[in-house]
Amino acid sequence: MGNFDQVSLLLLVLVPLAGAALAMFLPKDRPRDAWQFAIFVAVVCFVLSVIVFVRYDYGAGGVQMVRAYDWIGHPVNITLHFGLNGIGAPLVLLNGIVLLGAVLISQTITRRTRDFFVLLLALGAGVFGVFVVRDLFFLFFFYELAVLPMYLLIGVWGSSTDFGSFLRTKEYGAMKLMLMLVAGSILIWVGILALYVASSQAGDPTFNIDKLAALQQSGAVSRLTQMWVFPFFALGFGVLAGLWPFHTWSPDGHVAAPTGVSMLHAGVLMKLGAFGIIQVGMILAPQGAEVWMPVLIGLGTVNVIYGAISALSQNDLKYVIGYSSVSHMGYVLMGIATLHPVGLAGAVLQMFSHGIMTALMFAMVGAIYERAHIRDSMILNGLIKRMGTTTFFFAIAGLASLGLPGLSGFIAEFMVFTGAFRTYLPLAVLGVIGAAITAVYILRLLARSFFGEADPQWDHLTDASPVEKGVGAAFVLILIAVGVWPAPLLRVINTGVESALAVF
Amino acid sequence: MPIDYTANLHLLTPEFVLTALAFLVFTVDLFLPESRKEWLAGLSVVSLVAVMVIAILMRPSGSVELYGGLIVVDSFGLFFKIFFLAIGVGIIALSVEYGRDRFEYRGEFYGLLLFSILGMNLMAMSRELLTAYIALELLSFSLYVMVAYGLREARSNEAGIKYIIIGALSSAIMLYGLSNIYAALGTTFFAGIAEELASPGTVSPVLWVGVALLVVGLGFKLSAVPFHMWAPDAYEGAPLPVTAYLAIGSKAAAFALTLRLFAEAIVPAVDRWDEWQLVIAVLAAITMLVGNLVALAQRNLKRLMAYSSIGHVGYALAGIAVLGSDFALAAKSVVFYLVVYAVTNLVVFAGVTAYYNRTGQDNIADLAGLADRQPFVAAAIAIGLFSLAGLPIFAGFTAKFYLFAAVADGGFLWLAGVAIFASLISLYYYLQVLRQMYIERPPNPDHAGDGHELAEDHGEDHGHGDHEEPPVAPMPRPSLLLTATMSAGLLVVVWLGVYPAPLLGLIDAASAAIVPLG
Repeated sequence: MGNFDQVSLLLLVLVPLAGAALAMFLPKDRPRDAWQFAIFVAVVCFVLSVIVFVRYDYGAGGVQMVRAYDWIGHPVNITLHFGLNGIGAPLVLLNGIVLLGAVLISQTITRRTRDFFVLLLALGAGVFGVFVVRDLFFLFFFYELAVLPMYLLIGVWGSSTDFGSFLRTKEYGAMKLMLMLVAGSILIWVGILALYVASSQAGDPTFNIDKLAALQQSGAVSRLTQMWVFPFFALGFGVLAGLWPFHTWSPDGHVAAPTGVSMLHAGVLMKLGAFGIIQVGMILAPQGAEVWMPVLIGLGTVNVIYGAISALSQNDLKYVIGYSSVSHMGYVLMGIATLHPVGLAGAVLQMFSHGIMTALMFAMVGAIYERAHIRDSMILNGLIKRMGTTTFFFAIAGLASLGLPGLSGFIAEFMVFTGAFRTYLPLAVLGVIGAAITAVYILRLLARSFFGEADPQWDHLTDASPVEKGVGAAFVLILIAVGVWPAPLLRVINTGVESALAVF
Repeated sequence: MPIDYTANLHLLTPEFVLTALAFLVFTVDLFLPESRKEWLAGLSVVSLVAVMVIAILMRPSGSVELYGGLIVVDSFGLFFKIFFLAIGVGIIALSVEYGRDRFEYRGEFYGLLLFSILGMNLMAMSRELLTAYIALELLSFSLYVMVAYGLREARSNEAGIKYIIIGALSSAIMLYGLSNIYAALGTTFFAGIAEELASPGTVSPVLWVGVALLVVGLGFKLSAVPFHMWAPDAYEGAPLPVTAYLAIGSKAAAFALTLRLFAEAIVPAVDRWDEWQLVIAVLAAITMLVGNLVALAQRNLKRLMAYSSIGHVGYALAGIAVLGSDFALAAKSVVFYLVVYAVTNLVVFAGVTAYYNRTGQDNIADLAGLADRQPFVAAAIAIGLFSLAGLPIFAGFTAKFYLFAAVADGGFLWLAGVAIFASLISLYYYLQVLRQMYIERPPNPDHAGDGHELAEDHGEDHGHGDHEEPPVAPMPRPSLLLTATMSAGLLVVVWLGVYPAPLLGLIDAASAAIVPLG
């Protein structure tokens, strides 16, 4: 296995990319073949991600499975440098799981199926890439690669929402998402260049994260630079993490996207943003981070409350989940901003937990929409009667999201609050209030649309297909498993958190 | 000291051969019947490749001067020669089908193309202002004719007239600038200018005026804002392959000349004269912002590409602005950017030409539903535009990252920030083209012009793709040659995006030849 570790991270990026490239040559008019091919690629990715996660030695910690390839030499010194730390490892696993689930769920895509999977696999490759590279150039490269296919994925295969008085078209959602995310990358790009210039002035121009961190330790990156670079990273990556007030792309984008894309997007893509804040902002500009973290935790708290209240006032099932994602990413941001080992570990666990549960929710809402052609919770009712399994899975995900003990959300949120209580008490209290609002909208939704009397107009609905049931069951099992036995994840996360906080 | 004007003359063999072959094309044209004019395209491609081979075989070691220093043969010139000749091959590939259907006198077209490439080659080799000017005019005069080649099209004629008037104006301005420089310094050699500039003493206002006018003249040729106004009209009116040539070839040649001029005449005096950096930086910032902002409002594809190319000139100018800081890095990044820009634009223009040849349409809205009608053409244009916008895994991303890193490293982080912001703006209008091709429905052959149907279609939910597709207006396949051009271009775009090291190695050697001594 030692040799395998040398290339496993490279394979993680290469397999979905090669899959996307090969899928281009599939016949155009055989959607089922394209789907099956994508499943094959996603299964390989999933297996690889499990192996990588298991092979990560949490006892040793640090950056593992390192492998560097020269890419552009002197004078800019860019290397394709792979390496995994304790924060990246669980997220790699998350992407492996959600990618497979999203591909399976996308059975219903029958128009230009081949193109859909080409883009979806490219997106998956981008996400894997961000989690496993140690060079800012390639981190940014893969970050953009993950964002780029979203425009077409939403614009071509998405759906528009009619609000009665106005129409939110999929084109609108796609363009808004793309422009806001790329506007965020402007800030990231400038930040990266600023760090590069600092390293160049110190006589060792590099984009390597570890070298830049060492440079920062030696005092070569001035406090002033760190002070202005950190907000660039925090805002730039924060846009993708749904940071208030730059979250507005997220509900519109999630709602307009087809089910599989919503799963990937809310499930893993938003985590790229939070991961970037830790991996780039915190580690490379710690002095700036220390100064700006109170602001970030304030915004994160607004995220929690604002997202929850917005979800409360939505009737469209997908918009409820969309805003609930904004609210839950608030916990992640709060946890990061505590700069406290428990809070930060909670944030990373929350990323994993939220990734699974939100993907599950989108999958189940997609199944309902597929059959009822409507997502309005005021019109849908008594779904349990015809769609029992779907209702059950959705309810579990909902309970996980409101923090029911025994499910993964509880532990993550508990840890975030623990961290926050020790550092920013008033904000932690507000965060808990946000969790209470979550309970209101989730339970109300369950009561209104899923349980209770059913109109005869819903009698034609059929329950989830075997594929949907399989995905749902697997995700529910993961939610429960992490809820009752989080140790396998937490011990990996803790090593990562330790080294991330070592610089403070 | 008498100068031996015939020394090393054999090193100019590629240029002599190119001239001879251009005349050969003109001559053969006289005897070929109309139905066999395609042969001339083949002959021109063979000529270009032959010249390429000769140029590589006869390359001297180090740099060798000819005509007492008017012209130099070095690896910088060689790199650009190969680059220009390759561009020529690409443009011919774009012209064959287009010319067959729409040109009156195809034979001369290829001859003119060869002459313009000769002019470009000489621009990359000149070491003296007047020689550079004559080379530039050789390029410009060929282009004046080529722009107006759509003989029966009012648009093309109008473009030709505008182009020649503005071109003559800019040449006059440049010449006046040159005369002022000569009056102030008594020399027109790059090295001599550098020496005079670096020597202590008061700088006369005449010199200021001269250099300023020279920059203005170059600004016209590069179509840098505010000297860009000719570009959109010329691009829109010119036949498509000529539009591509304007966007790719004449820009690259003007930058080759600018690079050598700055490297050998101005950068050595940077200590005494570092304000020029700021001037160029501001020019670059305005160019990229105006080009990209005005592009937002365009409805015509060729105008869009014109403004987009103005934006790209801005990025490359940003690289010129930092030549004085870290010369090797800046020159390398500019040259790399030019190559990537040329290949990517060639792909886009090949796609647009393929579409135009079949439909005769060149508005953005006309592309609606192209992805359903001709998926490969749509994919080529889309990938080209993504690369121009600077998105990975395509060459544009690597080139922009490299260039902006050089700009930031040269002390102009704000300029890099402006450039990145301008890229965001450009993404928006590139996405508009993508949206037409991939998201909008193709025009329905049964309900042509029936707006009501479209509006209804809009609200419908496309998530359930299993409704029957509306019938799609058929579009014939693009010609084999254009398909091959697009495929080859796409391969290069992806290759340079994921593994640029070999090309960067070549560029390294090329730019090393013009490193200023000072």
